[in-house]
Amino acid sequence: MKPRAPLPLPAIFGIPAAIALVTTAGLVTALLDDGLMDTLSWAALSVPILVAAWAWRKRER
Amino acid sequence: MTNRTIRIWTLIHKWTSLICTLFMLLLCLTGLPLIFHDEIEALTEEDNLPSMPAETPLKSLDEAVASALATYPGERPLFLSFDEDRPVVNVTTGPTARPPVSQMHISAIDLRTTRILADLNDDQGFMHVMLRLHVDMFAGLPGELFLGFMGFLLFLATLSGVVIYAPFMRKLSFGTVRAGRSRRLKWLDLHNMLGIVTLMWVVVVGLTGVINTLSVPLVAYWRANELAAMIAPYEGKPMPEHFASVDAAVRTAMEAAPGMRPQFIAFPGVRFSSNHHYAVWLKGATPATNRILTPALIDAETGAFTDMRSMPWYMLALRLSQPLHFGDYGGLPMKVLWAVLDVLTIIILGSGLYLWVARRRGAQEQAGASPGLRAVTGEAAE
Repeated sequence: MKPRAPLPLPAIFGIPAAIALVTTAGLVTALLDDGLMDTLSWAALSVPILVAAWAWRKRER
Repeated sequence: MTNRTIRIWTLIHKWTSLICTLFMLLLCLTGLPLIFHDEIEALTEEDNLPSMPAETPLKSLDEAVASALATYPGERPLFLSFDEDRPVVNVTTGPTARPPVSQMHISAIDLRTTRILADLNDDQGFMHVMLRLHVDMFAGLPGELFLGFMGFLLFLATLSGVVIYAPFMRKLSFGTVRAGRSRRLKWLDLHNMLGIVTLMWVVVVGLTGVINTLSVPLVAYWRANELAAMIAPYEGKPMPEHFASVDAAVRTAMEAAPGMRPQFIAFPGVRFSSNHHYAVWLKGATPATNRILTPALIDAETGAFTDMRSMPWYMLALRLSQPLHFGDYGGLPMKVLWAVLDVLTIIILGSGLYLWVARRRGAQEQAGASPGLRAVTGEAAE
């Protein structure tokens, strides 16, 4: 689980940047249209919540 | 990053957070019921629109305004807005052109009968208290601007939090939560993990909240510049004595802007109009354009078309900041997601406060042990 050598920045910020991008897409799509766009937005905005739930589930006890 | 850089960003994170955290907790807690204000209000107020045949003809807007004025004699019309999906208009009246909100009266009027369905003068009750605490803490414009500044501090706290996320995560894989060792370590990891996954939502909701707090100065600026330029020929003219028909003004505005629909009408003298005009605020007909408003000015005395201009960028930003802050533009599922993200933000704020208290206590217990940078990154690097 714990890498020994210090991680480079892209490794630290890769997943957070992807989540931020998906969140932005979710926030914008629902502004553009109703129906399908709303559904896409719900899926995208669920991502940060699901990732948080995943991190909590796999916590080191 | 050098240790010195990390220490500076840590100080920025600590102080911007400490100053704004209690206010942000207030905003997150009061914001939670406000996300669902439509649903909560629908529960407490039964829909009292009587059922009538679908093709029942509608009365005129002028008759609706007259009906509101008959209920509040001596007042003048300020605004008229259209309900989205039913034949109802909301007429706001008040004793002067720009009275405090507490002196305004809002009547929901059935356009088929011009009967008043409800007065929406909600100046007490749970939701009203939540709204005022959230918008200005009952302190008016200064309170609003103060909360805007707190929102800006939250933005700085978030930004600095992202910077110091890097040294914390140097030797940890993404999403690590070490819950089995000390309580402090568990909350530190949770604070970092929740902070980084909710980052973009917190930034967008925070900054659009800040823009919303600037609504009063922005509208005043628009009025003094854009609007003043549109009504230059009317400068110095007294307020009209007689008002032309509101219905005719709406028709004239819609002819000038084919494909657009009226969102609301601002009567002469109010914040969103001039002293001589009906400002008919038109919106686009598609989901993408119906948030973009264009004011058409109609001479309130003659009913003649004066001018129409699209909103400048800062008014557009203000307009778009509302849905992006409220989360009310994607149905109930979006509101639920908004609420969950709000709760996660409360956990981030609370854990941040706990970590500060726990670290102070720890530092006091081992005074002289020079926590310094080790206290910042030590646990993550252990």
